[in-house]
Amino acid sequence: MNQIKRALGLVWIALAAAAAYFCIFTFGLPKFMSGKQEDLVFGIIILFILTPLIVLGLGTFGYYSLMGDYDEKK
Amino acid sequence: MSTKSTKGIWKVISASSMGTMIEWYDFYIFGSLAVVISTKFFPADNPTAAFLATLATFAVGFVVRPFGALFFGRLGDLIGRKYTFMVTLLLMGGATFLIGCIPSYETIGFMAPLLVLVLRMLQGLALGGEYGGAATYVAEHAPVGQRGYWTSWIQTTATVGLFISLMVILATRNVLTPEQFDLWGWRVPFWVSIIMVGVSYLIRKNMDESPVFAKAKSEGKTSTNPLKESFGNRYNLKFVLLALFGATMGQGVVWYTGQFYAMSFMKTVMSIDSSQVDTLLGIALILGTPFFIVFGWLSDKVGRKYIMMGGMLLAILLYRPIYKTMYETTSVKNKTEIVANTKVVSELKENTKQTMDSIYTTNKEYSDGTTFLEVKTVSLENGKAKIVDGKPKIETKTTININWNDKWTLIFLIFIQVIFVTMVYGPIAAFLVEMFPVKIRYTSMSLPYHVGNGIFGGLLPAISTYFVINAKEAGNPEFYLEGLWYPIVIAAVSFVVGMIYIKNKDKNTHI
Repeated sequence: MNQIKRALGLVWIALAAAAAYFCIFTFGLPKFMSGKQEDLVFGIIILFILTPLIVLGLGTFGYYSLMGDYDEKK
Repeated sequence: MSTKSTKGIWKVISASSMGTMIEWYDFYIFGSLAVVISTKFFPADNPTAAFLATLATFAVGFVVRPFGALFFGRLGDLIGRKYTFMVTLLLMGGATFLIGCIPSYETIGFMAPLLVLVLRMLQGLALGGEYGGAATYVAEHAPVGQRGYWTSWIQTTATVGLFISLMVILATRNVLTPEQFDLWGWRVPFWVSIIMVGVSYLIRKNMDESPVFAKAKSEGKTSTNPLKESFGNRYNLKFVLLALFGATMGQGVVWYTGQFYAMSFMKTVMSIDSSQVDTLLGIALILGTPFFIVFGWLSDKVGRKYIMMGGMLLAILLYRPIYKTMYETTSVKNKTEIVANTKVVSELKENTKQTMDSIYTTNKEYSDGTTFLEVKTVSLENGKAKIVDGKPKIETKTTININWNDKWTLIFLIFIQVIFVTMVYGPIAAFLVEMFPVKIRYTSMSLPYHVGNGIFGGLLPAISTYFVINAKEAGNPEFYLEGLWYPIVIAAVSFVVGMIYIKNKDKNTHI
């Protein structure tokens, strides 16, 4: 199980990177630049709240997994 | 702790639950009265005021709640649970009462929406601090092996708070005339809050501090810097991340899908009459609410992990079939129209000398008792269709009234979703409390809870609607199901993380 947890660490890091791309280029920037005020707030939240949270949070979680912080023996 | 009498625990539960329920009540009345509030404080023709309205809606749910979790969580770990969640109660009650006292935009101009925004942010801060305090307080009083059962009472408060808010608004509307309600009556539900908060404050005031925290404090084992110990310490941070990605993130989207997306789906995508939707949802929630207790209790027997993960897995597998059935049950395409009863009425409504609306009202009846009303408004300018963004400006509003057979089918399908909610949400307070040590518990459990619910859950309506609109524009025949990909994917990630990384703790775990 520890090996699976460590291997999945790479998956979480990759997922964080994919989420970053999706949040920035599919959601955030188009909303941010749409010119509508309700979209502007939504764009700001996506770009400055959700994206850092997923990228840093999931990325750190993946890194810790990869490093074995979640191994059973610890 | 194990010798604590049941009577004593009930006193703790009632004091904590009542306060938390009132906080949810305060939080929801703003949303329930959003239409009236917007006319009083946020005039739609004023772009700055409209911007403040959007901020008031978004900022509180997504940004301020986690900050409240950090701010009050830290206080709770430093000075105690009891005093902190009394402060959050007073803050929430005071802010709610004051929203009901603010003069309208017509009277004081921009100060009105600004004050509403500030008070709404205070509400968000208070809510961010309240839940973690109440859950921790109850869990630290609960006997070993029964923590899931006792904390599950706290889990019912969000749903009960929503009910009470709807009932107070309904009662106020019934007592007053529509003109009185519009003029000043909408303020009454805000004012009522101060009475409820006063009663709750008096009850909480006489409660003792959590025995676990009091013991740690007397032994000098409390934290001097809970924020640093929670998030600056790698050992604790890994559990905060695990709580977020393995539990609260998935729980948040399941919670929002079952209670709020279901409601908005029926109103906007299925076009069912708004009051019918409220009734259907109300019945499903009444039937489903006791299951918070059932699954909280069951989590003491079989462990928190498998109940929560079971709820997520069922949601992942069944959301699309459930929503497809909901849509097809009431779709008029699957019904037989009584053509002889169809009526189309057209009228002209003059707005100004140059502009008028051509309104076409279509009434249809179906053999199973379903009725369909469509009001199509074509805007005219100087006798021709008004062009906006290169297209004629036409607004169509459809309302479907469904029969009782379809109502019961929908109630059943919403009830199933509420069961998923109770599975993921019932045991989660006990799960989070058991994850962190007493000295940083309030801080550490509050943040993942409010990020999972406020951000991952709170963004669900906006993101899911975005998927639905995109799919509709692309001509996808099942466009109405596309919004479900957001909760399904988030819950699936959370399920995998939870199943692999979270341990099913022994029910006799000491905290």
